[in-house]
Amino acid sequence: MLGQILIITTKMTSARILVSFLLLGVALEVFGVFETLREFAGSGVTVPIMGFGYSLAKGAMEGMAENGVIGMLAGGLTATAVGITVAVVSAFIFSLIFSSKTKK
Amino acid sequence: MQDLERNRKYNEYVTSKMAKTKPWPSLFHAFWVGGLICLLGELIKDSLMYFFPTMTADVAGVWESAILIFIASFLTGVGVYDRIGAYAGAGSIVPITGFSNSIASPAMEFKREGIIFGLCAKMFVIAGPVIVIGVIASIVAGILGLIF
Repeated sequence: MLGQILIITTKMTSARILVSFLLLGVALEVFGVFETLREFAGSGVTVPIMGFGYSLAKGAMEGMAENGVIGMLAGGLTATAVGITVAVVSAFIFSLIFSSKTKK
Repeated sequence: MQDLERNRKYNEYVTSKMAKTKPWPSLFHAFWVGGLICLLGELIKDSLMYFFPTMTADVAGVWESAILIFIASFLTGVGVYDRIGAYAGAGSIVPITGFSNSIASPAMEFKREGIIFGLCAKMFVIAGPVIVIGVIASIVAGILGLIF
């Protein structure tokens, strides 16, 4: 959440912002910093997209430990499947219901 | 011709998102809105764990993101999230709700081009790179996890 300070000053598109934060989350998890951060801040770090990167990385690493290469390939998406599915399904439903509002 | 029209619309959309960016006030806006979203998430998680004592923290965390994503899609649908986005900038983009918004928003935008080629195809216009990079990065992380 604190990281928006960096982001808002650079005029990046939201896709790039999301990607860079995602990578930040993955990197933090790989270096093992994320767990300590999570214990301290709780949802403060899991709700931002970094948490998404964290679950991807964690899923892959756990899968690697349990089932080897297949586990690694499956792990990342398994850990985030709920998030992606809910996002896709609810986006689909709501975009069917509501039409885009003309923006200003 | 249609492409030009679409580009113009997209540019308008982008500028409408970026228009109000003045460095200092927007930093503050991003800070408190982002914080509020995280606070809401923590609230959902804690109350879930309170009402369902058997629930582990991990499961509650998954529910938490699912609920936040659902709420954000709904807010995008009724058009509230765009207003929050104009106010808070990255404060509303970086949390998981922004991910949800980035899926729902183009889906609605391109609905007029048809259900399959508009809504379904354009749904991942922003979230696609996130998922692709995420999957690649997760594999890299898995390999690194193997080495260390």
